[in-house]
Amino acid sequence: MSSAKLPPLPAILIANDLLTGDTVFFSGHGWTRHPGEALLAESEAASLRLEAAGQEAMRRNLVVDAYLVDVVLSEGGIPVPRHFRERFRLLGPTIRPDLGKQAEFPGLAAQAGRTR
Amino acid sequence: MYRYDEFDAAFVRDRVAQFSAQVQRRLAGALTEDEFKPLRLQNGVYLQLHAYMLRIAIPYGTLSARQLRQLALIGERFDRSYGHFTTRQNLQFNWIQLKDVPEILSLLADVEMHAIQTSGNCIRNVTADQFAGVAADEIEDPRPVAELIRQWSTAHPEFSFLPRKFKIAVTGAAEDRAAVAVHDIGLRIVRHPETGETGYAVLVGGGLGRTPMVGKWVRDFLPKPHLLAYLEALMRVYNAEGRRDNKYKARVKILVHEIGIEAFRARVEAEFAQLDPQRIQADAAEVARIERYFAPPAYQVLPDNPPAFLRARAANPEFDRWVAQNGFPHKVPGYQAVTLSLKGIGEAPGDISSAGMRLVADLAERHSQGEIRVTHAQNLVLPDVRQDELFDLWQALAAGGLATANAGLITDIIACPGLDYCALATARSIPIAQALATRFAAPARQQEIGPLAIKISGCINACGHHHVGHIGILGLEKRGEESYQITLGGDAGNASTIGEILGPGLGADEVPDAIERLVAVYLAHRQPGELFVDSVRRLGIQPFKTAFNAEIRHDAA
Repeated sequence: MSSAKLPPLPAILIANDLLTGDTVFFSGHGWTRHPGEALLAESEAASLRLEAAGQEAMRRNLVVDAYLVDVVLSEGGIPVPRHFRERFRLLGPTIRPDLGKQAEFPGLAAQAGRTR
Repeated sequence: MYRYDEFDAAFVRDRVAQFSAQVQRRLAGALTEDEFKPLRLQNGVYLQLHAYMLRIAIPYGTLSARQLRQLALIGERFDRSYGHFTTRQNLQFNWIQLKDVPEILSLLADVEMHAIQTSGNCIRNVTADQFAGVAADEIEDPRPVAELIRQWSTAHPEFSFLPRKFKIAVTGAAEDRAAVAVHDIGLRIVRHPETGETGYAVLVGGGLGRTPMVGKWVRDFLPKPHLLAYLEALMRVYNAEGRRDNKYKARVKILVHEIGIEAFRARVEAEFAQLDPQRIQADAAEVARIERYFAPPAYQVLPDNPPAFLRARAANPEFDRWVAQNGFPHKVPGYQAVTLSLKGIGEAPGDISSAGMRLVADLAERHSQGEIRVTHAQNLVLPDVRQDELFDLWQALAAGGLATANAGLITDIIACPGLDYCALATARSIPIAQALATRFAAPARQQEIGPLAIKISGCINACGHHHVGHIGILGLEKRGEESYQITLGGDAGNASTIGEILGPGLGADEVPDAIERLVAVYLAHRQPGELFVDSVRRLGIQPFKTAFNAEIRHDAA
């Protein structure tokens, strides 16, 4: 099943891990918790491949709610979603910098050029 | 408080076992997400932005010290050592892993708790006045009837798949502190004007969300033994006629609005006439059994305002301010109920650490018969504190950062989790609350402004009750940015009112100045002793609107 409308490029595939609920990203050969390891789709064909990988992973009950998110590559090399909602998902609650990926991966927030 | 009997305990254990098996089947791949989602929601498990969230029922906001300690333990073992109290008097954990949910539910069952019916299209956790049983202005304790409704509505086979969720609130006091008029059903315990008998006044069709409505009276006086039959009749009318074609028009408020309260009442009364209240109402023995659990504790005969208490107040201005602001009159002389604010300046409204939960549990045992209440304003209450122990209590709370003297003031802000956690949110709520609390932090300033309820929701679903805030703030998305719509003049109390929108949406950084301008209008025009919301009523919205719109940047419009 492919979606009628793909997001603008470049894009990454984001989902929640079934077991933990954690936000995860498709790396090209599996799912990673670090957004810096997310596979970047820079063509429509690559987006379609990502989307298919998401459908397959949901079918295999690895992840829940997988979808493509359009991003901008930060100077630090992190694909940062254009929409604020997905940016918050990427890093963690803006009110608790001690929690979420921003706390777990030191330097991530700076690499992503966090702007609240 | 209520204690489970063998049936309650067995029911909850069975449910834990059932859902644990469902989780195992999901993890093993036997259930798809589409199949599993309604099952997990029926057990309080949501999938949010960063993790699963577990919403735990706290019936009518009453907790024992033992239960609060267990919540602290669950927070430490399975979450990030904190929890979030909600406007439905429940507790949410934000960082739950699905694989841990069975064990968590089992730990909850150990202390007579669960997460059943905290989501889904069923009758949700019944909420009540946080000062139930101790308020001086109370006609009767609403907890026994709240518990009766809880038992009646739990897994009720006829009402487990309603058109939409259904929320009931009860108060037994003269002043409505449970926001009953903005619930699907609001019950007020009232006295019959002629016989003096107590019964219920029934409101229906209130609610917030995208179509805010104030409930309408469907019965002025319902005799107590008729309650469950009447509720059953009302639920049947809703279940049969409530819309199922559009989830945004599926709440009972829409049905009441579309057919009118007269027609709705006629249908309920016709259904009620066919029912046999005696068959539906719980046995008198069962009602008496429930009531016994809420019998008042053995209060001591004490003088009001004992000298040591007055001396401590005189010698400690901060303690005095805390008692004046967070104290609440108790019906028994020498006692007081106190609000423990979970609105420390700059903190997330309703959040409390596991360490804080343990401190409150210990202090509840030492000073308040081991009982804690959760308020719909996201604070805690110790209901039964001796006045001569208040100073010791305050010192211990202050050491734990839980003695903020702001109950009911401008920094006692309701805020939903918003887009920092919630998958449904369209904007953040908590940072707005934090910015406002910081702006108005000075105690003298808060005192000068007096009671003012700011309520913030991060989306149109209105979990933060913004429609009934004296000042309401709704977070939306506008052109790819967070935008905040401000309403004025809402009221969740006896004069239940939906606030009016003041003007165009604001950027987050503009909100504190805009609220300042509203407060300035009030301070300039109030009459002696007049509260903010009363000034708004007297002056009308226009002077506030003018001040509000005076300095809005047009690019934010």
